[in-house]
Amino acid sequence: MSSKNAIDTGKLLEMQKRMLRIRLFDERASKMVKRGYIPGTVHTSIGQEAQVVGACMALEKGDHICGNHRSHGHPIGMASPLGPLMAELVGKATGVCKGKGGSLHLADYAVGSLGESGITGSSIPISVGAGLSAQVLGEKRVAMCFFGDGAANQGVLYESMNLASAWKLPVIFLCENNHYALSTPAHTVTGGRIVDRAAGFGMPGVRVENGQDVIEVYDAVSAAVARARAGDGPTLVEVMTYRFREHSEGLRINVDYRNAEEREFWLSRDPIQIFRRYLTENEFFDDVTMDQIETDIAQEVEDCATFAIESPDPEMHVAFEDLYSDAYELEEAL
Amino acid sequence: MSVMTYIGAIGAAQHEAMVADERVVIIGEDVEANVYGTTGESKQRAESGDFVQQFGKKRIRNTPISEEAIVGAAIGAAMTGLRPIVDLSYSSFLYMAMDQFVNQAAKNRYMFGGQSSIPVVFRSAMFYGLNTGAHHSDRPYPMFMNVPGLKVIAPASASDAKGLLRTAIDSNDPVLTFEAVPIWGLKEEVDDNEYWIPFGVARTRREGTDCTVVGISGSLPLALKAAKQLEDRYSVEVIDPRTLVPLDSNSIIESVKKTGRLVIAEPAHRTCGAAAEIAAIVAEAAQPYLKAPIIRVTAVNMQIPFSPALEKFMYPTTEKIAAAIKTVCSA
Repeated sequence: MSSKNAIDTGKLLEMQKRMLRIRLFDERASKMVKRGYIPGTVHTSIGQEAQVVGACMALEKGDHICGNHRSHGHPIGMASPLGPLMAELVGKATGVCKGKGGSLHLADYAVGSLGESGITGSSIPISVGAGLSAQVLGEKRVAMCFFGDGAANQGVLYESMNLASAWKLPVIFLCENNHYALSTPAHTVTGGRIVDRAAGFGMPGVRVENGQDVIEVYDAVSAAVARARAGDGPTLVEVMTYRFREHSEGLRINVDYRNAEEREFWLSRDPIQIFRRYLTENEFFDDVTMDQIETDIAQEVEDCATFAIESPDPEMHVAFEDLYSDAYELEEAL
Repeated sequence: MSVMTYIGAIGAAQHEAMVADERVVIIGEDVEANVYGTTGESKQRAESGDFVQQFGKKRIRNTPISEEAIVGAAIGAAMTGLRPIVDLSYSSFLYMAMDQFVNQAAKNRYMFGGQSSIPVVFRSAMFYGLNTGAHHSDRPYPMFMNVPGLKVIAPASASDAKGLLRTAIDSNDPVLTFEAVPIWGLKEEVDDNEYWIPFGVARTRREGTDCTVVGISGSLPLALKAAKQLEDRYSVEVIDPRTLVPLDSNSIIESVKKTGRLVIAEPAHRTCGAAAEIAAIVAEAAQPYLKAPIIRVTAVNMQIPFSPALEKFMYPTTEKIAAAIKTVCSA
């Protein structure tokens, strides 16, 4: 677990805090789905916190990310405030997208989150474009796209990897391999290893075997970020992880596509517990501090839920805004 | 003023925009070699005016044949500071990138509550009537009119092509411009200075009182010819909407209120075409003024055959438009 990078203790603590935020935010969201506060569909990142936070914390201010349907973790990983994210899930006026995006389409441009995509693989070329603008404008930023083992079989990934490699763009292709595209085991629909596909495009491919370890993810992504920022082009990073909950909240699948033994194996590899142990056993922090941040973040999540529930619904005119940068469509709509 | 071809005017607009704003880049297949004649002042690379020589390969970029990635990357680049012009060459190639047009370009600004701005232009040319067969002859602009969030323009003259393209490049929204190859060589007096033509403003090309003809894209010059042929018998008003989204409905409605008759000519397929939309708008807004049923002159709902003996019958012609004018005017 010990890092190749010298990570200051403040950053270590921040990693744990962001993982806790994702965990508690998504647990809370799951309850709010059951209680009817959150309409529509919700995909939690519970179990994948190390993969998300390790990747996001390897970035700097000004960098960009694009994401996918399992979407809450990415902006939280970039330190987006929880209130407007939860309000978005509930569909309120105070939502980060004014209540027009929902769980599948969070975006917080203030932290570099260019938007999550409900269409599998669809946001991948968007990140390539963010890399292109950085290169043309001579800005030292990088872009990272998150996609799953499912999206790894979309053709657009390979067009994007080729373009990024041919133009040496500062892009990190981050495959969140949680082993299942909904109920379909990745190995049954995937030829070879995803990471090995990098070689075909002349870029490095790195696989993080223990994606439950935030430091291992952080180190691998940091190397890819350094390479991108130096102008040496893109990297494919495949992180092996697992979602602890069902594909989406409320989904009932009668076939036991993930057996108990496998689930046990992964549940015993809880990224938050692993990292807490690491931080206390190596005496970075004591249990009192760790308990305190858990209490603090539980309160933060409680507050974001209250904020979301108590916020007003959007007013109807909002449905007719933001389609275009100018307002001509209103006339026809109303 | 100089006399310019339609394709020359597009090249001139691109050149002006490249000079005016360093954020403008041109990406597409074969743009470096100026294969289609819009990335150099002359088709001959060796002559002066070559875009690569002037602006460098950082801003004039050949792409791989990967429409989905090109379109997606242009959207992402637009969201993060560039103002890309994407040359997709043939309009039929747009389908390869449908997800990016419909799910990203059109939706991101709205879905993210106005956080994104997507200043990108997608140029493509409709190579119809040129015996290229069904895979290269499409006129698919109505499909994109059906996607809220996209702006769709279809200039039909050199001066409009230049001014509309400048406005498209300056727009903070994704714009698809459909260029009609049969009129690439059409010449017009064009202002050498920079100018911008606003979207949503139709151009009345000919005033008249008996019948309104709306001519779209490559059908506009045919409509003008038909009106000219019939000028001794009928006073025909010819309107070019120029931009389809936004559409200047008011100008068309006002014209129909004056003439009481409407013919709409366009090279796209009949079902759910721009002509169908305009007919519906006029029926809703000005039905009591109509003295005759509206007539659409469009491509037939059929794929495009290769043989010149067959293809020429598939699209509107001057004769078909003239016949429609006679029909509505004799009603």
